[in-house]
Amino acid sequence: MARDAKKLKPVKEFKPLITKSDELPLDPERLRFMHETMLKARCLEERLIAMYKSGHGYFWIGGPGEEAFNVPLGMLIKKGQGPSFDFCHFHYRQSATLLAMGEEPLGAIRQMKNTATDPYSGGRNFAGHFSKKEWNIVPVTSPIEVQYSMVCGTALVQKRLGGDSISIVTGGDAGTAEGDFATCLVWASRPGQELPVLIIVTNNTWGISTPFDQVQGVERISDRGAAFGMRCKTIDGNDPISAYLELKEAFEYVRTERKPYLVEARVSRLYGHSSASGANFNTVEADCLALFEERLDAHGVRSKDEAKKLREKYTEDYAELARRAKEEPFPDGSTIWNHVFAGEPGKDPLAD
Amino acid sequence: MANMAQAIRMALHYAETNLGVTDIFGEDVGPPLGGVFTCTQGLQTTWNSPLDERGVIGTAMGVAMAGGRPVAEIQFCDYIYNTIDLLKLAGNTLWSSNGQWNLPMVVMTPVGSGIRGSIYHSHSFDATMTHIPGWKTVMPSTPLDAYGLLLSACREQNPVMFLVPKALMRVKGDELIPGEPADDKQLSKMIDAPLGDRSKWKAQWPELGDAAIPLGKAKLVRAGTQLSVVSYGRTMPLVKTAAERLAGEGIDAEVIDLRTLWPYDWDAIAESVKKTGRVLFVNEDTEVTNFGEHLARRVTEKLFYQLLAPPKVLAGKFVPGIGLADTLEAASVPQQHDVEAAMRALASQAP
Repeated sequence: MARDAKKLKPVKEFKPLITKSDELPLDPERLRFMHETMLKARCLEERLIAMYKSGHGYFWIGGPGEEAFNVPLGMLIKKGQGPSFDFCHFHYRQSATLLAMGEEPLGAIRQMKNTATDPYSGGRNFAGHFSKKEWNIVPVTSPIEVQYSMVCGTALVQKRLGGDSISIVTGGDAGTAEGDFATCLVWASRPGQELPVLIIVTNNTWGISTPFDQVQGVERISDRGAAFGMRCKTIDGNDPISAYLELKEAFEYVRTERKPYLVEARVSRLYGHSSASGANFNTVEADCLALFEERLDAHGVRSKDEAKKLREKYTEDYAELARRAKEEPFPDGSTIWNHVFAGEPGKDPLAD
Repeated sequence: MANMAQAIRMALHYAETNLGVTDIFGEDVGPPLGGVFTCTQGLQTTWNSPLDERGVIGTAMGVAMAGGRPVAEIQFCDYIYNTIDLLKLAGNTLWSSNGQWNLPMVVMTPVGSGIRGSIYHSHSFDATMTHIPGWKTVMPSTPLDAYGLLLSACREQNPVMFLVPKALMRVKGDELIPGEPADDKQLSKMIDAPLGDRSKWKAQWPELGDAAIPLGKAKLVRAGTQLSVVSYGRTMPLVKTAAERLAGEGIDAEVIDLRTLWPYDWDAIAESVKKTGRVLFVNEDTEVTNFGEHLARRVTEKLFYQLLAPPKVLAGKFVPGIGLADTLEAASVPQQHDVEAAMRALASQAP
């Protein structure tokens, strides 16, 4: 059942989504990159949903509606392998972040189709469950919130190492009810041993079908950080410019101060929780992509017509990628024994 | 000779000095206490965590992901149950990422009865742990084995669960750890933290040797011909004593210490059972869906026509807890006389 987004409590410091100013605070090239990446992410998620609906995948879950936040996030990450680079402990709505980091969309399509070529899990895991060791993207998991416990470990190694690398963790509002969220707040803020963690909660106000304000009394999730003496802020995750600037400040703080920062980003959820709830477009909640296109058009950065053509291009490109993935083989059943233990051949331990 | 707590401490010293262990942590693991069983006194890389088991396991996973090599402790296995999904996750991270992310991490936790620990300091964890694929699970019964197995665990590329039978923590071994002084008092003076103010104390570590015991290798404790008894952890010394006593009655038992529960030494079990035709599996975890049941099933399926008697499992009673009173604990988990009775009964069984 759709809920009127207008019923959400207003957050005072949000700037208006469409500014009257003639100036946008970011250069046009960056704005066009942000828009195009948001658009690519939307087209990719819509392709994954189409694959699910046409029987080319068992389950879909992803992040349409969060692009305005997730793209700036990806733009600010220092990607690479090992503790000198940022560690990414993501949840399953992060495709736009990966695209902003430079990932090819074919991998997500292959994972949807659970082919052997799926670069993240080899056909073993759901869509949106990314894993890419070369960029420190640790495996996305279905259990909610476990990443908030693990992030403390990578951040600990980074703190000890020095430098400016940080650990980033993302999850939704509903998951903050789990103990692992409290774990993260406690472990990241131990006196004198604070950890360089950017703690992010994307608040779409839903936990599958349960409204946040029915099950949690806290008005702003970011307020929970204040009790631990950490910087915290609730931001407008539907405005990519605001999100970029707010995140930039948070990144810089964590990189230089080596202390945690809690960001709550208010976002929309445009295709429901997952395919289990139908994955149909929600016409009530704000669409960050449409709003941004309107704004870019008004400021002469990118016309609506140009945006429309880009959408058509990526829609067709990803349809072609999906056709390609559909021809690729599934993993062989005999491979189930592979990678149970590192450094050991995969074999049935009970076979004669 | 060192007791098991001292052996673990020496292994951890060896591991942080020579094997790249970066973090030994958990509740009360760092100074001043050095662990509620003293296993982590005097070490260089220990630190105290918040009282948060999920944080302990999650942080260990993160440290391992970022290139560290953690040894995390859960103070009693009774309190590890709220981390089960993180343990599952640690066990499936390599598999679910199709080989990308291995986690070189060790989790240590004291297990089992024997200290009158009541309902929440007497749990066993071997039955539950052996249900979680992707982990190696180890359980020593002697100080030397604890030392050697822990060195191998700290060299592993995969998660290792190191179960420590708490009833044996203070039992001295009868084999010297390489480099260990033969005099107990001298060892104690060198590596046991003093009572009172410890702020200026530093351990004087002996020059320890590498006595790694490969994971997955059982130990033949006693050769015999009439029946095989396979055990590990607290019940192991009971089995050894029982075999020595029953030898006086003319019962010749072969005794195997499994040491590694997963992956376990099937060849050692099969070879023994083929010889004796009778096998008893002894442990103290609850007996329903017990690890010994798996071993009994495999023996039954693979060696059925070489058996002279049905494989037996002697384990803990399937009750919700181990009661505090001596009588309750004794009635709940295998005792010396239970082991002897089970061995005696099996030895005389024939088709």
